[in-house]
Amino acid sequence: MSFRQIQERSVKYVLAGAASTSIVIVALIFLFLFREALPFAKDPGLGALVGSRWMPKSFQGAGYGLLPLITGSALVTVLATLIAIPFGVCGAVYIAEVAGPREREILKPFIELVAAIPSVVLGFFGLIVLAPIIKSAFGLMSGMTALTGAVLLALMAVPTIISISEDAIRSVPRAYKEASLALGANRIQTIFKVVVPAAMSGIIASIMLGMGRVVGETMAVIMVTGNAAKVTLSPFEPVRTMTATIAAEMGEVPFGTAHYRALFWIGIALLIATFFINLVALRVLKSYRRA
Amino acid sequence: MKKAETEMYSHNLRTTVFCVLVSIAVLGCGPKQTSTGDTQGASATGGEISIKGSDTMVHVVTAWADAFMKKRSDIKISVTGGGSGTGVAALLNGTTDVCASSRDLSEEEKKAGESQGLKLSVTIVARDALSIVVHPSNPVNELTLEQIERIYTGAITNWSEVGGANESIVVTSRESSSGTYMFFLEHVLRKKDYTQNALLLPATSAIVQSVSDSSSAIGYVGLGYVHEAGAKLKSVGVKATPDAPAVMPTTETVLSGAYSISRPLLLVVAKEATGPVKDFLDFCVSDEGQAIVEESGYVKVQ
Repeated sequence: MSFRQIQERSVKYVLAGAASTSIVIVALIFLFLFREALPFAKDPGLGALVGSRWMPKSFQGAGYGLLPLITGSALVTVLATLIAIPFGVCGAVYIAEVAGPREREILKPFIELVAAIPSVVLGFFGLIVLAPIIKSAFGLMSGMTALTGAVLLALMAVPTIISISEDAIRSVPRAYKEASLALGANRIQTIFKVVVPAAMSGIIASIMLGMGRVVGETMAVIMVTGNAAKVTLSPFEPVRTMTATIAAEMGEVPFGTAHYRALFWIGIALLIATFFINLVALRVLKSYRRA
Repeated sequence: MKKAETEMYSHNLRTTVFCVLVSIAVLGCGPKQTSTGDTQGASATGGEISIKGSDTMVHVVTAWADAFMKKRSDIKISVTGGGSGTGVAALLNGTTDVCASSRDLSEEEKKAGESQGLKLSVTIVARDALSIVVHPSNPVNELTLEQIERIYTGAITNWSEVGGANESIVVTSRESSSGTYMFFLEHVLRKKDYTQNALLLPATSAIVQSVSDSSSAIGYVGLGYVHEAGAKLKSVGVKATPDAPAVMPTTETVLSGAYSISRPLLLVVAKEATGPVKDFLDFCVSDEGQAIVEESGYVKVQ
């Protein structure tokens, strides 16, 4: 083997090593989570995770039922996505198809700025401003509801949806639009009957990625959703999400206790949820690139 | 051509797998080597004291630290909150010198300390009373301990059941990492579970915010916070039994023992206090230190 061959090969190893770091990290996170979580299966037993009572500090026997946390996260995520879709998609259509270049130059940086606001600042805004508004708008007893969290999270998902959807809409071939206009369709008809359907898989992928961000968000929801661990599907009730539970309880939990291990099971559930959402997003995105 | 391509591909794959394995080996070894060494890291010899724990006590501990550092410029004190449980965990893990706790140590924590060879020593440095607070417009002025228990366990859900308006009660509480949460659970709820409808809020200031914002909310906060919140909150008088007189939480009623919901505030160290840490503990219980306690809205030890 010549010197040159050795040199080339070593460079290749270094680069490949750098490129595969993230695979290693994901694998290690999974390993670590399971290592910490598994003893739970022996002591209280995995059956303890199936239940609607999350009450880890109790003199009446601790409850580790994940159901209220899962429904809490699901409720907030679905609501946030439903709120974010119209804003995100319409915003993307406007920027890609209607806005002039000057407008686009102003709009895009501001939308990206929203994504850059630290979530704890948004949470504070939610607690002081949004919660009282939602309380009086819907005549509720308390403004700390799933809806309040969902509105904040929608704000965080919109920039993701806009930038990826816009990309998808802009990459629709010009010929489609020209053909539609030549056939006598007006601009609005062309946008909503031709361009948007053609970009649909990209738009769906952007929504899924936005959802991925929403599921994992912690600080904003811990401050505004009230964190009451009960099973509910009403947007006007307080909910406790999986992320908020980990953040609130991990700091004080004694190592190696059942409570500690239960928190790792929440982590696993969360990881599986985001993994699944991202997987679907990637699948959809792939099919749209191929089309 | 085709063959060369596939060979190249499989070669690359082998490279990747190899690198992944090497990285796993390297990263996997790391923590094991360090885990034996550095658990008892923090010490108080360098003229620096770290204090961590109860959010309730952050006010008064910071005031003590400021006053103490003015007198002893050679000592630096850092104060952080996080909850009593967080503080005790940090003390046991050796990441803080002093733990501020608004509750007694649990049996589990004492055992964990013993098994690590630590001598946990507890000093009562102040007293605190929990005020039961409601919105200023709420007509309810007094509650019995039993009524409070039933509200927090979910047996009473409407203000009309305790002499108020026909509104459902919004129960607010601290998160379970809080010493106040545990104290309330043990001494007011008498170890019954909180209602699942209780809002668990991440900080006392969030309780103040939501009670001052909602006419139907009830919450519990330390005496110091009531001072600060002023007219935004209303404390209710507490009756030990249905026939007993209602007692408002004040310095006098806490000291005399007439007010039912009060507790000692503690500073805990992991080994016999020496040097700067001992000086600081002595300062806290001195007349000067106790004057600071009163200024901060808490109650003196004696």
